[in-house]
Amino acid sequence: MAECVHLEYRVDGNNFVSAGTATESVKSFLKNMGVDPKDVRRVAIAMYEGEINMVIHANGGYAYADIYVDKCIITLVDTGKGIADIELAMQPGYSTASDEVRALGFGAGMGLPNMKKYADECIIESEVGKGTKVTLVTNFS
Amino acid sequence: MTVKDLCKILSATEVNIADYDRKITSGYAGDLLSFVMGKAPQDSAWFTVMTNINVCAVATLADCGCVVICENSQPMDGVKEKAKQQGINMILTDKDIFTAIKMVVNEGQI
Ligand SMILES: Nc1ncnc2c1ncn2[C@@H]1O[C@H](COP(=O)(O)OP(=O)(O)O)[C@@H](O)[C@H]1O
Ligand SMILES: [Mg+2]
Repeated sequence: MAECVHLEYRVDGNNFVSAGTATESVKSFLKNMGVDPKDVRRVAIAMYEGEINMVIHANGGYAYADIYVDKCIITLVDTGKGIADIELAMQPGYSTASDEVRALGFGAGMGLPNMKKYADECIIESEVGKGTKVTLVTNFS
Repeated sequence: MTVKDLCKILSATEVNIADYDRKITSGYAGDLLSFVMGKAPQDSAWFTVMTNINVCAVATLADCGCVVICENSQPMDGVKEKAKQQGINMILTDKDIFTAIKMVVNEGQI
């Protein structure tokens, strides 16, 4: 495999001011690397949804980006409450977000469907009480 | 049309303009951020009444051409600064979303 750049971010839980900064950083990195803007946008949309989920559902976590010449792998790891039924959580519109979070515009239940739509591969591993790991692979065109 | 045209059609107030000449090629209306992320086309005018700081993140990440805040809904603390810092075009109009879109569409350019 070709040379890889590894980026790491700590994502704060329940902080809506800093939410999205990890994704913004990865986005500008990819853009500066000269990756096709369409691919950059796909990575950004999928990663932002994952980052936001850690902020609102898991009390924060870590985001990692492994960038190769031909693809980007985003890994989002948290030690939050986990997802009991991943298939259910994947349903468009399904959300357990609080009213407070919904008032900010989150909680449409479209985060996981967006990740699936925009990433070429979306792998969700979760254990109730232990946490969640989301892997998003985007192949560059 | 350009951001400048959009401002003119709506007689909008500028919250932040990073690029008057940026081309607006499409549009999207909505307040739920995941719908916007998932569905707003690149370079669109995004019509919304949401004004919190997360609007800036969504506009940046979805490559939104201009945020059009409707109903004279006032940007919350830090939004103007963040828009400036991130190079987001953001304008404010007293029109409701339907009226604002109608005015833009009637110009026949998106
Ligand atoms: N990292 C996570 N930790 C715990 N639960 C999660 C996580 N990500 C998603 N979920 C669960 O999956 C549901 C659906 O997620 P999503 O499609 O992003 O919708 P939303 O975030 O709008 O609720 C969430 O409401 C939540 O119950
Ligand atoms: Mg979500």
